[in-house]
Parts: sequence; C-alpha cells; structure tokens
Amino acid sequence: MNFGKENYLSPDRDRLIISKGHAGVITAPILADLGIMDEALLPSYNHTGSPFGVHLDKRKVKGLEASTGSLGHGLSIGLGLAMAARLNQKDYTTYVLLGDGECDEGSIWEAAMSAAHFKMTNLITLVDRNNCMIDGRTEDVMALEPFADKWRAFGFEVMEIDGHLFPEIISALEKAKANKTDKPVCIILNTFKGEGVGFMRDNYKWHYGTLNEEQLAEAFADLEAYETARIARAEKEGK
Amino acid sequence: MKEYAMISEEARSTTEAFGKALTSLADEHKDVVALSADLAGSVKVTLMQKKYPERVFDVGIAEQNMVSMAAGLALGGLVPFAATFSVFLSLRDLDQLHTDICYQDLNVKMLGSHGGTSFSQAGSTHHALEDIAALRGMANLTIICPADYVETQLATKAAYEKYGPIYIRINRGTDYDVYNTESYGFEIGKSVLMNEGNDFTCIACGSMVHEALVAARSLKEKGVDLRVINMHTIKPIDKDAILKAMKETGGIVTAEDHNVIGGLGSAVSEVVAENGGAKKFKRLGVPDEFSIIGARKDILAHYEIDAAGIEKNVLALLNK
Ligand SMILES: Cc1ncc(C[n+]2csc(CCOP(=O)(O)OP(=O)(O)O)c2C)c(N)n1
Repeated sequence: MNFGKENYLSPDRDRLIISKGHAGVITAPILADLGIMDEALLPSYNHTGSPFGVHLDKRKVKGLEASTGSLGHGLSIGLGLAMAARLNQKDYTTYVLLGDGECDEGSIWEAAMSAAHFKMTNLITLVDRNNCMIDGRTEDVMALEPFADKWRAFGFEVMEIDGHLFPEIISALEKAKANKTDKPVCIILNTFKGEGVGFMRDNYKWHYGTLNEEQLAEAFADLEAYETARIARAEKEGK
Repeated sequence: MKEYAMISEEARSTTEAFGKALTSLADEHKDVVALSADLAGSVKVTLMQKKYPERVFDVGIAEQNMVSMAAGLALGGLVPFAATFSVFLSLRDLDQLHTDICYQDLNVKMLGSHGGTSFSQAGSTHHALEDIAALRGMANLTIICPADYVETQLATKAAYEKYGPIYIRINRGTDYDVYNTESYGFEIGKSVLMNEGNDFTCIACGSMVHEALVAARSLKEKGVDLRVINMHTIKPIDKDAILKAMKETGGIVTAEDHNVIGGLGSAVSEVVAENGGAKKFKRLGVPDEFSIIGARKDILAHYEIDAAGIEKNVLALLNK
C-alpha cells in the first residue's frame, strides 16, 4: 500500500477501510508501528477519556480513513472513495476489509452490486472468512455458502487464499492491482479466528473476552512459538 | 423514601431480567416469538432459545431483516420480541420501524440493550444517545426505559399485555436495584414516586433513578428534600406527575443517559412549557456531543448524571 508516515494525509495515498471496526484493537498498534499514531497512547486503551477504545474514532486516531463499528457500511464508503479517485483522476487504490458475518448485512450486497455496475476496478474488497461471528459459526447462525459464488454472481473477480500467509496475500493483491477486466476484485481470506493462540483458535466464543494472567502468559507463549515457526517456514521456502 | 424503593449495593443484569421474563412469557403464551441479530447471547434471548429453539430466530447481522420479519410475524398473528443493541435497533432500523411497524400499528415489541453510554469502552459508534430522540416522534409507539432488574421484568410482561409497538431500552452490564418488591404497581404510562420531597424534583429514567435516590439521601443531610420520580415510560409521558412537581416543588431537573436533545428531558420540558413553565428547570444528560469512552461510572460523572452531579446541579438551581 502506498501509505505511511510521510503521506498518510496526502490526497494520493491508498485508502484502507476497516469495515469490521471492532478490529480497532489490532489496527492501532499497526498505526503506531508506522509512526502515525502516537505509541504512547496505546496503554490508554479503553481508559476513561482515551481517544482509543474498542472501535476507533477517526477524529481522535490519526491515520484512519473512517470511524467504523456499525457493520455493513465500509464497502459503500470504499465505493465512494474509489469513485472520487476516478472523478479526481487519482490513481490510488481503495481497500476494504469486511468480516464474513458482516456480509449478512444487505447493505454489503447493495454496495457489491454498485461496485460491479460502476466497474470499480480501483476498489479491492477483502473478506476475513473466519467462519465465526458472535452467536456461533457463520454456517450455523446464517449460512453464507456458496460464498465465493455469491460474489461472482454479483459481478466480482474472486480469489480465495490462505489469509494467514503473507506471500499469498501479497501475490493476490498484486494480481488484483494488475486486473485487466472491468470487474472489481474480491479476495476471500480463509482464516481462523484467534490464529496463533491455541485456546482461542477457531473458537467464536473468543470474539470478545478478557484474559486472566494465566491465559495472557499462555497466549504470549503461543504467539511466540507461532512467530518462530512462521519465520522458520518462510526461510525454508525462501520467502 | 417510599416503602417499595431502596438504595441497594446490589446491581443485576437487566438483559438477564429481560431474557427470563421473555422465557416465562413464552411458557405461558404460545404466540410469543423472539428475534435477534447475532446478539442473541448479549441480549439473553438465548434463555428462551434453549427452551424453545423453534420460536427464536437469529437472523445474523441483519437488523433490518429482523425488524421487518418481526412485522411479518405480527401480521401472522404472533407477538414478536425483537432484541439487539439500542443503537442499531433504533437507528439502522428506523425506516422499517416507521413504516412496517408503527405506521401499521403492529404488535411488535422491541428491546434495545446497551442503551446510553452503557457500552462504555466500545466507543461512540456503540453508544446509544439518540435512540429515544429518534423514536419519540413515531406515532403509535410506546417507549419504556426501566430503572432496574425488577422493572425490566415487569415492563417486558406489561409489553406483552398491551397491544401495539413498544420499545424497551435497557443497559449493558448491571443496574442497581431500586425496588425491594415487585408489587409497587408498575403500569405503562404511569411514573413512580420513589422519594417524597417538596424542595425540588428530579425526574429520572433508567440508571439515573438510582443516582437520583443517592443524591436525595445526601441532599436530605443538607436540609433539601428532593422528590424523585421514576419516569420509566417516556412515551406516553405521565403529565400529571410533571404538573404536580411544577406546582408543589421548587423546580425540576431531569436526568438521563442520552443526548439532552430529544429524550426524557425534552419530553418533560414540552409538558412544562405548555403549562406555564417551571420555577426552575434543567436537563441533565450528554450535551449535544458524541460521548467520551471509559468506565461507565466515570462517564456518568463526566456528564454530571451520577448522584454527585445531580446533587451539585440541584444545589446550584436552589442557589445553595
Ligand atoms: C450493525 C451492527 N450490528 C451488530 C454489531 C455487533 N457486532 C460486532 S462484531 C459482530 C460480529 C462480527 O462478525 P464478523 O463480521 O464475522 O467479524 P469477525 O468474526 O471477523 O470478528 C457483531 C454482531 C455491530 N457492530 N454492528
């Protein structure tokens, strides 16, 4: 993405809308790593008067394109940003990250229909397909399958990849940007909720929760092991 | 304090009160059905779902579908209770609520949880500070904001008994008990006198009823008798209680966990203005801004809708 500390306010930057706004807790540290959000703010998470709680507020946290949290809005916002790029003759790309449960919202499909209708090839939709929502697994609460076919039927070029593998993500994004058709692209990221933490992995009950000391230690240990294995694998595969 | 009222250290979950009352309604009445939108667990519709899975519909994250489906269920002769977070139920579903439910005067009951600032840390996208304002202008709709566990159960049951669209607004987390009995005479549209007093009146709803009672206790020590009225039904509002407070006490302060525009304070002020005005009048609530985040008690203190804030404002209005 053409996005960083130097250009996060530039009209030419790429845009990312985190439509599943409850992912704010992982968005903030990334913005801090990029040097955009003040790192010193991180420990104030959820404290009274803090600029930053579960759902991030664009007016209070630098580097965000939109305040999200009410699900189902992001793709339409992205559509508007992409259309603005076209009108303003800018060549930035707009990325929108959706939750799979979020795709229950009719508004997502209204936006999808429009994106195809308007041939928005400068808009890239990513869906975090972790099969989990709050009340249960997506296929138990409200079945989404055949999910990729739904996007295809709405006029999208669809890619399905392993959403935990950076090389796959990078190559899918490159392909999406090189897209020569007049269809918008949707990348379905097959993922596991809580990947990297054994007791959370693929468990919808961990959508929202509080860790006790023991669990915290276990989670950190799991994540370290996960990271080590990931690096070892990448080195072996030369990526 | 009235014999049925109390200041308690015990706080209980009003969503659980709703879930239990709903389940007992379902036990008694075959026509009771329930809906939620991927928040069945949060609003405790799951209590009914465990017992009557075939009568509970979780539509996924699709609030508009939920509310219009409830309209259809009502047209089919059932009594649906649709429950999710207040902010989505009242705002995202406003059009469906307007045309499908209120305009057609359908027998749909709606339960909004996580009202006001009660989803404290989640951020302003999850605070519901406009729900009552958005819904109060909706003809045929009754709006109830219960004060505690007991009142939530009674309001849920009363909602079944009364025909027509009803919106009940409760909180996330727990609320302090303000009643020591169920038999204090809950009636939709009739406020409850919680504490007698003629120096000043606080008209409150929801969590602010407890806060007003605590303020009244403290004010008593300072020689001020604060009348506390629990205005649990915001629409239709209990005019008589307001007129009495205007006549008999030194003024009125309203307290609510909502934007000061359009909620309880506005509803009371309409009655006050049309009846010659009060000696003193002030609305306490969130000023016209998107609220801060944080611990709930800090947020209430910040906006002066906790006991200390109510007390401070009453004293100031009395020039003390
Ligand atoms: C309109 C709306 N309805 C309900 C919610 C409450 N909510 C927050 S997250 C969530 C589940 C999201 O599931 P999904 O989109 O699959 O995200 P993920 O599993 O990746 O976290 C729900 C229902 C919300 N934020 N917005």
